[in-house]
Amino acid sequence: MKRTAAKKGEQGRYAPLSYFQLMEVTLRELLVGKGLFSEDDVRRQVADMASRTPGRGAAVVARAWTDASYKERLLKDGSAACEELGFDVKPMRLVVVENTPRVHNVIVCTLCSCYPRPLLGIPPDWYKSRAYRSRMVREPRKVLREFSLKFGREIQIRVHDSTADMRYLVLPMRPAGTEGWTEARLASLVTRDSMIGVALPRVPRR
Amino acid sequence: MGRLKRKRAGGFAPPRMHHDMGGQPAGKVTPKEHAYADWEMRVDALVMLMRRHGLTVDESRKNIEALPPEQYDRMGYYDRWVASLAQTLIQRGIVTTEDIARKMQEVQARGRAKV
Amino acid sequence: MAEPRFRTGDRVKVVKAYPPGHVRTPYYIRGCTGEIERYCGSFANPEELAQMRSGLPPVPLYRVRFPQEQVWPDYRGERADVVEIEIFEHWLEPA
Repeated sequence: MKRTAAKKGEQGRYAPLSYFQLMEVTLRELLVGKGLFSEDDVRRQVADMASRTPGRGAAVVARAWTDASYKERLLKDGSAACEELGFDVKPMRLVVVENTPRVHNVIVCTLCSCYPRPLLGIPPDWYKSRAYRSRMVREPRKVLREFSLKFGREIQIRVHDSTADMRYLVLPMRPAGTEGWTEARLASLVTRDSMIGVALPRVPRR
Repeated sequence: MGRLKRKRAGGFAPPRMHHDMGGQPAGKVTPKEHAYADWEMRVDALVMLMRRHGLTVDESRKNIEALPPEQYDRMGYYDRWVASLAQTLIQRGIVTTEDIARKMQEVQARGRAKV
Repeated sequence: MAEPRFRTGDRVKVVKAYPPGHVRTPYYIRGCTGEIERYCGSFANPEELAQMRSGLPPVPLYRVRFPQEQVWPDYRGERADVVEIEIFEHWLEPA
């Protein structure tokens, strides 16, 4: 895929325009011209989306690790529990699935690329790739090995195909050796990929 | 006659839509990522802003699913989104095909676009 | 709004149909048998929403759990492995 728009140096001007960039400018100007929204609305929306980073998901996970009653609420109603921490996730319906010593969860969307965007931002390219979407449901253990994750026979792999109105977040297990850590320090271990289920939080080696 | 009968009796393979790929053979997952360009973020924003005007995620999906398979595979994620948004706007009568054609010519002639 | 027809634990079979149009039931799961994991609430029918109609009244939506071995006869993982999918009620029948 050729990308003509370099992220740097674009600064409101781009030449030459790719066909789809041209379409973006075209639709934006037409819709603004019709008064459906303003250029400012577009900028605000972009800024809002840019502010949605996996740090939000990590904060939710870290709270669940340190507060058992919060974890219970999170597993019962994911969206409401996120709102509790001040994250506006409406209208997303979040289902949080918990990893345990016996169960590992992993998220995919085989039909498109559904993803808990209000908590994790825009999904990475590989999540939207044909390889991931096709294979994760059929050979999850093999795909997880491609992410360097190997699970024993005693662990059940639960694949969640995100097909309709729910969105999913994996609650990873709190790593050993983090006793007494603050929430912020715990959150620093929680990567985006660990909340999709293709990685595990790891305590950095000294 | 015999041929018709045979066709009805067996060999019926229900069509699978190209986007409906769960379980299909595919290559290794490469953990590729890229930083989204500003225009891609704006496509995202346009779609989200139009949802406030009643456009649904299922209309977007329908129009992405309608892309010819070779285009679907070749296009980037936001290429698909913006193409689908254009279709949806036309289907809803919010803009016409002619509006888009004229504006595209105008923007292209300008060569550069203000943001 | 219709009362949900199924409860957690019910055995259900996914309708094995291949209609045209915009459908959120993946191809690979049609005809498979699973168990209701939970009722998710009722939502506008995406098949109708895609055609710019209201999709109302809302349709009950469930998360259904399927043993991988049943979905893929040549599944190479463990027997306990499962796949869970959201499926609208009109795609489910009692099994």
